[in-house]
Amino acid sequence: MLSKRIIPCLDVRDGRTTKGIKFKNNVDIGDPVAMARFYYEAGADELVFYDITASSDRRNIMIEVVRRVAAEILIPFSVGGGIRNLNDMRDVLLAGAEKVSVNSAAILDPALITAGAQAFGSQCMVLGMDVKRVTPSGTIPSGYEMVIHGGRTSMGIDALWWAQEAVRLGAGEICLNSIDADGTQAGYELTLTRMISEAVPIPVIASGGAGTPEHLRQVLTEGRADAALIASMVHYGTYTIKGIKDYLAQGHIPVRLVW
Amino acid sequence: MIVIIDYQAGNLTSVVRSLKALGVEGRVTQDPAVVAQASRVIFPGVGAAGKAMATLRELGLDQALRQSFQLGIPILGICLGAQIILEHSEENDAACLGLLPGRTRALPRVEALKIPHMGWNQVRYLGAHQVFKGLPEGAEYYFVHSYYPAPARQTMVLGVTEHGIEFPSAIGWRNLVATQFHPEKSGRFGLQILENFLAWDGSGAE
Repeated sequence: MLSKRIIPCLDVRDGRTTKGIKFKNNVDIGDPVAMARFYYEAGADELVFYDITASSDRRNIMIEVVRRVAAEILIPFSVGGGIRNLNDMRDVLLAGAEKVSVNSAAILDPALITAGAQAFGSQCMVLGMDVKRVTPSGTIPSGYEMVIHGGRTSMGIDALWWAQEAVRLGAGEICLNSIDADGTQAGYELTLTRMISEAVPIPVIASGGAGTPEHLRQVLTEGRADAALIASMVHYGTYTIKGIKDYLAQGHIPVRLVW
Repeated sequence: MIVIIDYQAGNLTSVVRSLKALGVEGRVTQDPAVVAQASRVIFPGVGAAGKAMATLRELGLDQALRQSFQLGIPILGICLGAQIILEHSEENDAACLGLLPGRTRALPRVEALKIPHMGWNQVRYLGAHQVFKGLPEGAEYYFVHSYYPAPARQTMVLGVTEHGIEFPSAIGWRNLVATQFHPEKSGRFGLQILENFLAWDGSGAE
């Protein structure tokens, strides 16, 4: 049976992770390569790198990170943040990432999803969605709206419609982030996750709100998610991936326990 | 020389890197003449069967692969490379290489199951093939696919995996083995399979 994936997410700025992790030994905290290696050995099923570098040579810095990470780990990882065109995708994939995640660039230019899927395959194309809860309306019938710029800009696009449209355009997976839940550590947005996951045939990674293993159990059962993104709860050493997986296994959720 | 066949079907860097992790240099090539000199052949690939077959024929790599197979060179197919070694694929209704008798079929759409089958899953190995030795119970491997290889003979199925149905995830015949999953992305157990392949003399079940 297919295991539910547990995926640590690392935010990278100027080649450094923005949240360190509590290492037991003398590991360079903040080095994305060391963190990737740490999580690979700790049982992560996949990794997500989110590039939040703002400087002009951002691309080169991140490509070098991707290349060094790829040399260290033998599990898939994806890179998102600032992927604007086919060249950006090609650079990241050739440096060794398994997948690229497009978010606002795909909203502004949906043809980018199709172009990426045709050039590199749907399995490489992750649609990142930042979603905010709103009062249902004629424009936003589902009550969930697409937002960009970390939630500051509403796009007037219904999230449910966009998820289905992205599948039609060639997306192979969706990483669904709730802006309302993000950073709260109070649990994933279960209603949103279930709605999107049941509406699309492709896998959905739930993101935003993870604080305890029980939150993961909820989103992987009630929320119908295929994978769960985690950040602070492991970065700060509150939980281990092993501990989370043991908890899920006790709840009869299929997870990868041998690595 | 270990040759990795490049037929423009996806990214081969992870295959090269995993060989490097074993201290081995793989040579990526599109040249049938280089394939002819290989002591081992790795045949990876992601993408659609129709386009892949067209590219293989255009580059003359279909004949090169057939020749390697007939000469008894150990060959490892991965993902799409495990599918188009059969005679036919339901994907694009494509005629394929036919190194093994059988067909590649679409995973059935079962209620609440996601297609593509993407992520980690177990393989139940049948029998004792050299390439799949030393792998612990409960080990999982990374899959990304919507189609699966269905060899004509049951003895060619070396391992099975469950996703809605139970499908062949490791197949082989004579000097050919192939995995639907990606050993190069499957952590140390995947690496074990690659290491086993590098040590394998190519003798397999008839």
